Amino acid sequence: MGNEISYCITTQNLSIGYTTKDQPIVVASNLNIQLEGGKLVCLLGKNGIGKSTLLRTLTKVQPALKGTVLIKDKPLNLLKNIELSREISVVLTEKLPESNLTVFELIALGRQPYTNWIGKLDVNDLDKINEALEQTNTTHLKHKFYYQLSDGQLQKVLIARALAQDTAIIIFDEPTAHLDIHHTIETFSLLKNLAVKFNKTIIVSTHEINLSLQLADELWLMTPTNFICGETATLIENNSLDQLFDSNLIEFNKTLKQFIIKPSSHF
Amino acid sequence: MPYKIIFPALVVTLILLFFINLSLGSVLIPIKQVFIALINGEVDKDSWKLIVLNYRLPKAITAIIVGAGLSISGLLMQTLFRNPLAGPFVLGISSGASLGVALLILGSSFLGANLTLYGLSVWGQALAASIGSFMVLLAVMAAATKVRNTMSILIIGLMFGSFTSAIISVLAYFSSANELQQFMFWSFGSLGNISWSQIIVLMVVFLFSFVMVLFILKPLNSLLLGENYAKSMGVNIKITRNVTLISTSLITGVITAFAGPIAFIGLAVPHLTKLVFTTSNHKILMPAVAISGAILMLICDSIAQLPSSEFTLPINAITSLFGAPVVIWLLLRKRKLIY
Repeated sequence: MGNEISYCITTQNLSIGYTTKDQPIVVASNLNIQLEGGKLVCLLGKNGIGKSTLLRTLTKVQPALKGTVLIKDKPLNLLKNIELSREISVVLTEKLPESNLTVFELIALGRQPYTNWIGKLDVNDLDKINEALEQTNTTHLKHKFYYQLSDGQLQKVLIARALAQDTAIIIFDEPTAHLDIHHTIETFSLLKNLAVKFNKTIIVSTHEINLSLQLADELWLMTPTNFICGETATLIENNSLDQLFDSNLIEFNKTLKQFIIKPSSHF
Repeated sequence: MPYKIIFPALVVTLILLFFINLSLGSVLIPIKQVFIALINGEVDKDSWKLIVLNYRLPKAITAIIVGAGLSISGLLMQTLFRNPLAGPFVLGISSGASLGVALLILGSSFLGANLTLYGLSVWGQALAASIGSFMVLLAVMAAATKVRNTMSILIIGLMFGSFTSAIISVLAYFSSANELQQFMFWSFGSLGNISWSQIIVLMVVFLFSFVMVLFILKPLNSLLLGENYAKSMGVNIKITRNVTLISTSLITGVITAFAGPIAFIGLAVPHLTKLVFTTSNHKILMPAVAISGAILMLICDSIAQLPSSEFTLPINAITSLFGAPVVIWLLLRKRKLIY
């Protein structure tokens, strides 16, 4: 009994997708995930395969079609919004609406699940905000308006907001889509750092396959036919990555640990 | 902290303008005499006391409530819909009120019923306007449960607006010159002719909505990051949206009922305030917007009285005439519209 592993996120027989009037549209089915805490997970798959749908289902933005999702052994559909907001925080790709928020105010919003009805910040809240600023190396930006920041800086500030929310799980939807290679690697190493040092569970949907292979503890692969999850090294070893794209242009090279252009393809 | 300077300055300006507003009008009453009249003392001329207490005081109080109420409505709409064009007018709530009054005044002959008697009374108009705005609100809310996207609700509100104004045009086409004139006067807007009992109704509704809004200041702040982020921080979007819609339509409905459809304030005051305060924090913006709205309304009313002349201009014309250029000028200077 005592050595039973407790998982951060568990899914059983999960089907994700949309319900229309006539019939449900299944995006992916039979997803069985058992994820331990403190891991960096990269969710890989081609465009339109359903990565965002999966993340939205895990964060209760849309309901599961079938099966269950457990967050720390509690069924997701029984968690109230406010309870869920203390377990999972998110960093989204969507553009922020224009406003006069400062970096400090933006990060402070992450404390909302813990503050009183009017949102008053106490000493503990301020500590968490300052901690988040330090961990993301953004303290010097504190008093700037967020619209004055570069994309790279803004990404770090949004990560700081998620950190201030003080959740065990942080979910990122394509966090490096707008970033150059320097800021992409900076972001990924920050995420790795959060998992290793602060025992956060980080789930990232991304197209940065090479970086994922180097840094991720686990991979979730969404392929056209099935869903594969497992440790990165194991998946490389058993050729699972080849199923990611049913493409006649590229193939996965095990020794190089990256996708290369098929020798047979001519341009 | 600059807020500690700006807020007292605004309050002092408001109080000053309140007394200036009481002193200006067709007859100029010295501010000292206004004071004496207010504390029920001996005034130089008996008529002055009558004018101040029975005419100008209720008008000034109405101006403050109308300005503050419409501005808060505008602020709430702009945050909820994340759209700089949002305001009580855009949701169709004001148009609903207009439709109610139009049906009462213009529709009486059209529908064959003899409603003229009710049409003439201010309470009849107020009731009709409130029912009208509430009906449109119910329709918008019903649509809101079906449509999740707030942008769609905004467009639905706009459609309701054009729908109601189309009906008003039809009614106007078939009604008599007399009825038309009466409706036109209502639609010009007026802060005068409001009794103390109406002011009490205005105040109660305003305070009730104000208290409701206090409880959604926190979720409104998180909505600045968009609905998805707000949800992830535990905000109940549905409740926040409904509280916003209900309090907005209550304030707008009652104000429009008593004072007519007053344009521009709800849309412009939040923009002006945000340009001055450069913050999006609703805990600061809400009182700031309320005070600025009251100030602007008092100024507009003072101008509308055309001091020392016998004429009074429609308040609706003044708010747009003097307000719109101010917003344009501010935007040209700052080049950025924040909502």
